[in-house]
Amino acid sequence: MSQIHVTTQINGDATEFLCEPDETLMDVLRDRLGLTGTKEGCGTGDCGACTVAVDGRLVCSCLMLGAEAEGRDVATIEGMATGDQLHPLQQKFIEMAALQCGICTPGILVAAQSLLERNPDPSEEEVRYWLAGNLCRCTGYDKIIRAVMETAADMRRAS
Amino acid sequence: MALDDTKKTRDFKVIGTRPDRPDGIDKVTGRARFGADMVLPGMLTGRILRSPHAHARIRSIDTSKAEGLPGVKAVVTRADFGEVPEDVADTLENCMAGDTAFYDGHAVAAVAANSAAVARKALRLIEVDYEVLPHVTDVDAAMAPDAPVLHAGRQQETVPAGMSGNVIARSQFGHGDVEAGLKQADRIVERTFRTAATHQGYIEPHACVATMSTDGQGDLWVCTQGHYMARNTCAAILGLEQGQLRVTASEIGGGFGGKTTVFLEPVALMLARKSGRPVKMVMSRSEVLRASGPTSSTSIDVKIGMRKDGRITAGFAELRYQGGAWPGSPVDMGAMSAFAPYDLENVKTIGWDVVANRPKAAAYRAPGAPMAAFAVESAIDELAKGFGLDPLEVRLMNGADEGTRASYGPTYPAIGLKATLEAAKAHPHWSAPLAEGQGRGVACGFWFNFGGDTCVSLNITPDGTVTVSEGNPDIGGSRASMTMMAAEELGIPYDQVRTIIADTGSLGQNEVTDGSRVTFAVGLATIEAARAAKREMCRRAAMVWGIDEDAVDWEDGAARPAGPNAGKFPPMTLKEIAAIASNTGGPIAGHHEVNAEGAGVSFATHIVDVDLDRDTGSARIARYTVLQDAGKAVHPSYVEGQFQGGAVQGIGWALNEEYVYGEDGILQNPGFLDYRIPVASDLPMIDTVILEIPNPGHPYGVRGVGETSIVPPLAAIANAVSAAAGVRLVDLPLSPPKVLAALQDKTGA
Repeated sequence: MSQIHVTTQINGDATEFLCEPDETLMDVLRDRLGLTGTKEGCGTGDCGACTVAVDGRLVCSCLMLGAEAEGRDVATIEGMATGDQLHPLQQKFIEMAALQCGICTPGILVAAQSLLERNPDPSEEEVRYWLAGNLCRCTGYDKIIRAVMETAADMRRAS
Repeated sequence: MALDDTKKTRDFKVIGTRPDRPDGIDKVTGRARFGADMVLPGMLTGRILRSPHAHARIRSIDTSKAEGLPGVKAVVTRADFGEVPEDVADTLENCMAGDTAFYDGHAVAAVAANSAAVARKALRLIEVDYEVLPHVTDVDAAMAPDAPVLHAGRQQETVPAGMSGNVIARSQFGHGDVEAGLKQADRIVERTFRTAATHQGYIEPHACVATMSTDGQGDLWVCTQGHYMARNTCAAILGLEQGQLRVTASEIGGGFGGKTTVFLEPVALMLARKSGRPVKMVMSRSEVLRASGPTSSTSIDVKIGMRKDGRITAGFAELRYQGGAWPGSPVDMGAMSAFAPYDLENVKTIGWDVVANRPKAAAYRAPGAPMAAFAVESAIDELAKGFGLDPLEVRLMNGADEGTRASYGPTYPAIGLKATLEAAKAHPHWSAPLAEGQGRGVACGFWFNFGGDTCVSLNITPDGTVTVSEGNPDIGGSRASMTMMAAEELGIPYDQVRTIIADTGSLGQNEVTDGSRVTFAVGLATIEAARAAKREMCRRAAMVWGIDEDAVDWEDGAARPAGPNAGKFPPMTLKEIAAIASNTGGPIAGHHEVNAEGAGVSFATHIVDVDLDRDTGSARIARYTVLQDAGKAVHPSYVEGQFQGGAVQGIGWALNEEYVYGEDGILQNPGFLDYRIPVASDLPMIDTVILEIPNPGHPYGVRGVGETSIVPPLAAIANAVSAAAGVRLVDLPLSPPKVLAALQDKTGA
């Protein structure tokens, strides 16, 4: 099997890589590009730890081939902060103890950011259903849901 | 070390606040390095071949084709491991099968190759000749006289003659005369309860990177709850000296007890030894579920007698736990904890440790206790309801207190059970009206909490900042807790302290992160290390001032003359003392090594409302409140987080989660799609109330908080669903088909 040459955009940077035809985007990000903030919890699209945004759409990067990133715009957790300025969600997660072990946190943050881009004023139920594809085993979700809603409120006040 | 005498008046400055955790930025930016995130030059990929049979003799393994595949650098089977000490023999057997595969997923061989694709291909080239044997996976079936027996000669003398060889040990706890007590009862409830095996469900699969040199030195990077445990176990299995194997703990993506033993690590080291290259191994999710350490499935008989005023006259429980293919289920802790919340004259529990063709059980958050509490708290609920009594009042009437002789032996010091019950009574949740179709349940829970071997080293840098080195992986914010305790004790700001998790070469032995021990035991050692450093800083100040060191006190981050007679000197701050340390005798540090005793037992009461859909049997959590004694909440946000996380794991155990084995002994649901843990849309907010009844065994009164929260939910939810359904439910999980069948039985439909 010959490798495929892929040209893509990752966190705003033009990026090229070679990958096997059967290699997932998650493996490309983690093993070829050193972007290990994207986590593997299951490899079958059930846990959401590998969530990234592709052209603004949330995907489990373990269910997408690296080759499919050709010409796309991929956003991972590494691109969420601007320089040393954390995204308000990142800041709020720390402030409100919305993480314990932290393994699900990158996927949840990427997913929550996508929610707030679409819906600046989500209800608790909307947050819960939006994040239903992101498993967290430590927190019981309580502080995560609160942190997302408080961030949304802060961002509404700031805008 | 006893609770400080100053506890009544102590005005904490840092303890009880909610600062940002020191590892927060790394964990929200993706920078934190977990087990699978490590890369070393020349690293190979290791993979394991696993048994497709529940029980099979391994006649032979032919690895020659795999070894001949280009890119394969090592193949390992059990033959590569020599004789090992008896105390790690079962562990090795679980990591790599000898002449028998004991469960679906049992490791039988491993390869290391220069790519994952080659490693996968190599596994397919390994030829294993199996002779399939009869198997048994159910605990009651495994105890039957005609059950296929896993091991010969493992049964202990405590087991009466004639029982199946799968029954390994019998334990017994209690006091008084249960038969006499039952005679005094106005009503006796006697029932059998069952719980399915569940998995800790940490989101991070097991992962490690191993290197081995030809001179016997090794390095291991691993996600684990105990890197000292990993070192000691791997050293014993590989015949290494402990001092030659350095283990570094990665960040850990959840453990809940499941990462308190080794699975991949000895195999990775052996592959590294054979290949001469670093080897990385990462489990798939399916491997995690098939072949790491889920909890026991259980079958429990309970018999409790109660007078019509609510007083329990006798309690009896017989607990049967299968712990997978080797001895060591947590049945003893179930038998010890079953009646621990109560002050009983007559109580007896019997535990049976049983083996079956399943992966060896590992610890899971308060191991053994939730199932026992499910059985006992369900029976107490049924008795209370039968007499028309308030279940909280019944628990208060029978509840343990300071001076109570516990059902498992000791006499309690100050404890918080009744405080949690009183708080539950006063909580608005308890008096809130229920909606149509809802049921409310309540239950109590207990956990021992552990201490154990602990080392902390606290170093004062030349610029007067402080580093704390401790040996327990930070699984949910413990760096923050240690930093807070060091800052509190030294009287300096939180941001002047940084806590790191040291590798095994940097500190003495540390017990694993288990038993809710870290904030208690490592906290205690941190406080003592800080006190040692303070004594040294006072001595340096005394030297500078030319006064007796006893005449110097430490207060608010500075050495001060103890009183007017000591002389008039302006305080010397920590930074000032640090700056001149080189001229006053050299660097300043404090350290403390201890086998920590005095862990305070912990109690909780949970209240839960469920919505029951009578058409489908589906139960949904409508409201949930946790009331628990923390002793002293160091960082209340993370204490709440432990309460909430444990409650939700218990919700999953009660309603959804279940290891499903087929008739063939093969696990039917090895993935998160079918082994369904609670998701955000399943749940309401989880309310918490932190009680603080100081632990007399810790200077700040800290108790462990991590585990107790998973003990009450199974019973609380079963009591709520039973109330809504109008029928007693005794078989977990309360999945819709089971609840629907119970509803239909009741109505004769």
